[in-house]
Amino acid sequence: MSDEIRLIEVKEDIIADNDALAKKIREDLRKEKTFLMNLMASPGAGKTSLVIQTIRNLKEKLRIGVMEADIDSMVDAEKVAKEGVAAIQIRTGGFCHMDATMVKSGLDAMDTENLDLVILENVGNLVCPAEFETGAIKNVMILSVPEGDDKPLKYPLMFSVCHALVINKTDFLALSDFDVEKCRERVLKLNPDIQIFEVSCKTGEGVEQWVQWLYDEVKAL
Amino acid sequence: MHELPVINSILKVVLKHAIDNKVKKVVAVYLQVGELSDLEDKWMQQYFDYLAKGGVAEGALLKIERTPVVMKCTDCGLSYVVDIKQDKVMVCPECGSKKNTLISGRGYFVKNLEAI
Repeated sequence: MSDEIRLIEVKEDIIADNDALAKKIREDLRKEKTFLMNLMASPGAGKTSLVIQTIRNLKEKLRIGVMEADIDSMVDAEKVAKEGVAAIQIRTGGFCHMDATMVKSGLDAMDTENLDLVILENVGNLVCPAEFETGAIKNVMILSVPEGDDKPLKYPLMFSVCHALVINKTDFLALSDFDVEKCRERVLKLNPDIQIFEVSCKTGEGVEQWVQWLYDEVKAL
Repeated sequence: MHELPVINSILKVVLKHAIDNKVKKVVAVYLQVGELSDLEDKWMQQYFDYLAKGGVAEGALLKIERTPVVMKCTDCGLSYVVDIKQDKVMVCPECGSKKNTLISGRGYFVKNLEAI
């Protein structure tokens, strides 16, 4: 064999495998009429608080299950299980996001046929979860006021792939220079179809509008 | 740490093709990376070096080409390139509509390999 350099054609998209499985998950869930929502945000933005608020407002109307993804703890699943809904914890073992394979194994461990809504609480991170489709029917993200209104500029992909944005911790607005209008403008520039909700999970302000949107989306499936 | 799973997937593709083609050594990997990706070239190379150690792809150079963000106008159908780093509203240059969908500019595509 000669030692000459040769060119080998590859032409492979590395996200393609994951996207194909995600598509399959979505199709299966549609058949079962189970709505999977992928919730993404930075650590501490209020993912678990929003999940709990959502459960409290919807558990009489919908059968809800929660899949908690965490790098290495059970804390969130324990909190959520206290709200009286089915909760499982997925330890990603160092992985900073959920991919379609992990979501599939989580869904297989849940009785999805008897659930209307499954909330996937993704790993706290604004980078990788945006790259990997999970099979969710809708992607939702939280941006909390203390994080700043410039985040759409820093993490454009995350804001582009979401169907809804919850701006959380609005009770902090008075103490902060967060400009809601500027933030909306930046987000809508990246994603003109996104739904934006201003919420304080702490005081409950704005939660009603968010919950109504989610309820309508689940019913429309 | 965010780079690891992405680079690991790239390496898997590279190794698969390297083995299929019975190469002795991978010299370079030609990659197309969307401009929406947050990963920096320098770090991608470092993670690749770390993961590829001990295999046929050890020491291979990543030749990264950024693919632009292309939007398609929902109203008139025109495809146009946008500079995502600029803080301004995306408007269709043809009809002025602000409605659009992303058609390319994300993802990672392994184009080809240079190998011995």
